[in-house]
Amino acid sequence: MSEHVKISVEDLNLYIGKQHILKDINTRIPENQITVILGPSGCGKTTLLKSMNRLTDLYSNVKVDGKILIDNEDILHTDTDITTIRKRMGLLSQRPYPLPMNIFNNVAYGLRISGRKNKAVLRKRVQHYLELVNLWEEVKDRLHDPASSLSIGQQQRLCLARGLSVDPDIILADEPTSALDPISSEVIERKFVDLKSQYTVVVVTHSLQQAKRIADYAIFMYLGEIIEQGPAADFFSNPTEELTRSYIKGLFN
Amino acid sequence: MALQVFHRTRILRSRIHSSWMTFALVFSLLLPVILGIGLYLKSASLLQEYSIWEILFSSKWKPLSGQFGMLPFIISSLWVTMIALLVAGPVCLLSAIHLTQYAKPIVLRIMHPVIDILAGIPSVIYGVWGVLVIVPFTADVIGPIFHKSITGYSILSGGIVLAVMIIPFILNILIEVFRTIPEELTEVTLSLGATRWMVVKHVLIKKAFPGIVSAFSLGLSRAFGETIAVLMVVGNVTHIPTGALQPGYPLPALIANNYGEMLSVPMYDSALMLAAFVLLVIVIMFNIVSRWMIHRLEKNI
Repeated sequence: MSEHVKISVEDLNLYIGKQHILKDINTRIPENQITVILGPSGCGKTTLLKSMNRLTDLYSNVKVDGKILIDNEDILHTDTDITTIRKRMGLLSQRPYPLPMNIFNNVAYGLRISGRKNKAVLRKRVQHYLELVNLWEEVKDRLHDPASSLSIGQQQRLCLARGLSVDPDIILADEPTSALDPISSEVIERKFVDLKSQYTVVVVTHSLQQAKRIADYAIFMYLGEIIEQGPAADFFSNPTEELTRSYIKGLFN
Repeated sequence: MALQVFHRTRILRSRIHSSWMTFALVFSLLLPVILGIGLYLKSASLLQEYSIWEILFSSKWKPLSGQFGMLPFIISSLWVTMIALLVAGPVCLLSAIHLTQYAKPIVLRIMHPVIDILAGIPSVIYGVWGVLVIVPFTADVIGPIFHKSITGYSILSGGIVLAVMIIPFILNILIEVFRTIPEELTEVTLSLGATRWMVVKHVLIKKAFPGIVSAFSLGLSRAFGETIAVLMVVGNVTHIPTGALQPGYPLPALIANNYGEMLSVPMYDSALMLAAFVLLVIVIMFNIVSRWMIHRLEKNI
């Protein structure tokens, strides 16, 4: 496999107050692949994901050491404006959180705030991204309805379109299908697989089956540490650590 | 056998307790209705003599010669309430946003008891504070700005004192409103390249809008009915005010100042009861309109 590293995390430690949430995290996330972060709840996988676009800045009392390099730029210690860094990453959260606007504006918002205001251009781009997530046909006649009138599955696809609209090169997804029915989940999963040729995808998930289906690279975390990581094929068929083995067997969750 | 009796008493007890609760509920539901009917009946004798429109839209209040026009009081009430809301609204909105989005959690923990204390201060104390601070302030600072020599007992003073009094109530609700907006909404918006201010302006305020409306309408209702503090600073002159620096005479002040006095004047008590009824109806109307607005807004988010 051509291994170009997109995100490289070096000696990352994160504390909230006195709690040590992430412990000596080291990992290299390959470009144009799907990386899955697995682990039981409370193991720090979401925190790791959020530190990649510095949403951890929002937490109070947070202290971060180490480096997170994206295309060799350390985003924790940089002069680059944080909003510019965040724009390079589309975020998909556990439940869909549509913006309190209509369907069209949900996708157009990111474009507008980055300065693209030409109406015709906006229309074209919005249609493009809605088509990309297979939502266009379903919503093209009701673009001015509030986004909350869509079903949960449609909302999550809308959120994916919104994330893609600002032209990121990384997609960060935090258990993106945990609130969805199996059919909508499958649509999202398939979308990730389609998208990986253009994007680097990082998915946090609870679901082992999902991880097996989509992962190219897998990371297993437990109590704030990375226990094991590697290319998915090796990781699932031949885990080296005892903990990983029992997790994969489904002995704990 | 014993077991059966035990079982039966249990059911009986459960029934007794649930009927208590139903009774309490019905009582609290009927209360406003009884109040309204009572006030209406008491004011009926006035309404037999004059039409309601004549009373509501006439500006002549001369009980001794049998003229009971309430327009000056209604207009005064609206003026004072509007100023209170104009002052309190932005203050509350901005503080709530700062407390929930920007400030450290410790600040919010300190503010909560402070707000509760503010809400619990008796209104007469606000009134005294108004007389000592706001009235001179209006007379010495605001008046000269508009080249007017005034006493300071004015609609503006009443509005400012009222604003301070309703701030804790509105602020409390607004803080809850902003706190219940999921943090993820902020996260996803930031991820689109928005700044914190854009998140507030484009997303949070929109999301919170129905809550903001209901907080303001609660403040409005409270302000409209507040009596003591307002009557101490508002001047109590019967005329239709045309500016905020003039004195006014709001409805609650009218009732509080006159009830129990001069009741030998024919129809006087009936007129005051009608004033109370009008007050009640206006507050209920505020509530209905705001409910309807909230309902409309929630559908569109």
